[in-house]
Amino acid sequence: MTTQTGDVSIDEMTAVIEVERLRKTYGNTIAVADVSFQVNEGEIFGLLGPNGAGKTTSVECLQGLRHPDSGNLRVLGLDPKAEATTLRRRIGSQLQESALPDRIRVWEALDLFSSIVPDSPDWQILMEQWGLTEKRKASFSSLSGGQRQRLFVALALVNNPEVVFLDEMTTGLDPAARRVAWDLIRSIRDRGATVVLVTHFMDEAEKLCDRLAIVDRGKIVAMDTPQGLITEYASDVRVIFTTSREDISWLDEISNVKKVIRSGPRVEVEGSGPVLALVAASLVEHGITPADLRLVQPTLEDVFLRLTGQDIGG
Amino acid sequence: MRTLIKLSWVELKLFVREPITVIFTLALPIIFLFVMGGVFGNEASTDDSGIIVFRGVGPLDYYIPAYFGLVMMAIGTVALPVHLAGYRERGVLRRLHASSISVWSVLGSQMVVSFVIAVLGSVLVFILGIIVYSPHIPQEIGLLVLAFLLGLVSFTALGFFLGAVLPSTRAAQGLGLILFFVMMILGGAGPPPEVLTGAMDIVGQITPLRHVIIILQDPWLGFGWNVQASLVVAGITVMAVLLSARFFRWE
Repeated sequence: MTTQTGDVSIDEMTAVIEVERLRKTYGNTIAVADVSFQVNEGEIFGLLGPNGAGKTTSVECLQGLRHPDSGNLRVLGLDPKAEATTLRRRIGSQLQESALPDRIRVWEALDLFSSIVPDSPDWQILMEQWGLTEKRKASFSSLSGGQRQRLFVALALVNNPEVVFLDEMTTGLDPAARRVAWDLIRSIRDRGATVVLVTHFMDEAEKLCDRLAIVDRGKIVAMDTPQGLITEYASDVRVIFTTSREDISWLDEISNVKKVIRSGPRVEVEGSGPVLALVAASLVEHGITPADLRLVQPTLEDVFLRLTGQDIGG
Repeated sequence: MRTLIKLSWVELKLFVREPITVIFTLALPIIFLFVMGGVFGNEASTDDSGIIVFRGVGPLDYYIPAYFGLVMMAIGTVALPVHLAGYRERGVLRRLHASSISVWSVLGSQMVVSFVIAVLGSVLVFILGIIVYSPHIPQEIGLLVLAFLLGLVSFTALGFFLGAVLPSTRAAQGLGLILFFVMMILGGAGPPPEVLTGAMDIVGQITPLRHVIIILQDPWLGFGWNVQASLVVAGITVMAVLLSARFFRWE
């Protein structure tokens, strides 16, 4: 797996998922307006967007669970609608809004789901990897939210899938469990599978995804590597410090500075390029040497805010 | 096939872990058996106005095969619809579907569980009935087994249909219990059908239970095979299967 940068053409890689002009409506509600993307073999591809953006509907169409109104879909070279059964045996999915029977035990679920595919790998290993061994005899209804999520991911992997769809898999996990889950997702990829990750967590998308698409109101508004998106849509950095000096109007004169925001003693300078060095030099020149001078890099959140005009609310 | 076997085994264990369903399908017919036995004894009789009741046989000779039908009916009107509608409502079916577990495995496993419960419930009714009331033993075992299978398939299909069209556990419980009690009382598992008159008898005639009871009782009592009732039951089965296939939804 080569890390893809903006200038590497997609054609040079093997696409395991191809989506062209996907559209899906429910009555008068347009869930997915027009979505096209490709996912390459061995990458973690993210679909990032607020609730109701159409992320889940898109991946459900890819798994053949819903049928699109129009558009061409291919997953592992198969048509998710016509070849759904064949496809589902080669993919794994962790769905939103699904459940197991209340009284089924953890080991029974793993044993049952592993019986679907012949020669499926040993589910005991998955149970161990996903930290479910001590809960093996617990019933589904007695599991915590995090334990349920881990069980669902383990079930998604039980057939040794080539493509894994994870829909909001870290929702309901505590921060420590999320870190563990991220490592496990990377290990799924490192084992050779392609991962499609639906999430509304910015940090998750930024840290985990090789490439990601930002989805808003049924459309993809941007698609690139996380760093590529940040460079393109939120290149400005912020220099932050505190000072008691009243007059700092000269900061505006520095080249590369775009905006100076002051609230009380706190000053925030927005700018691009070597703005930190320039601001620092200018401060020293004016006799100000703040001990808390720091640089804040833009994050995916800034990209998201800029592209969708809204906070993700999660 | 391996999935069907595994799923059936899991479903059987789930059934045993659900005390309310166990009581409803297995214990309730036994309670009714003892109530009816206590009220009527097992002497062939007429009612006060001289009508022959219980088809001219002892009340317990009547009720024991009838309660085989009652166990099946409890499965078809309550246990299966509540189970399937609950699975759909909570996303269990969605989960199974996404992992390419076929509709045949899902319904096949329910069929296996229904069969096991019906046999178990009927054997309990039979053994306790024989021990306590020493009624007639079945006359034509082969035909009785055939009638048992036909009745069971019919009520299982009805359960699939109700489970397919009812949107939630709550709806399935509500409608299922109404169907259960109406069918029990008017379908021949409550008061003897001969005392039902007018509208009660008409409603009784259109309940599947009335006909299932007849096809079970006839070989038991040595009356042979009831063609008319078995055609009605077969017709209901075909209808229920077609409607289930038409309306089954994963979510």
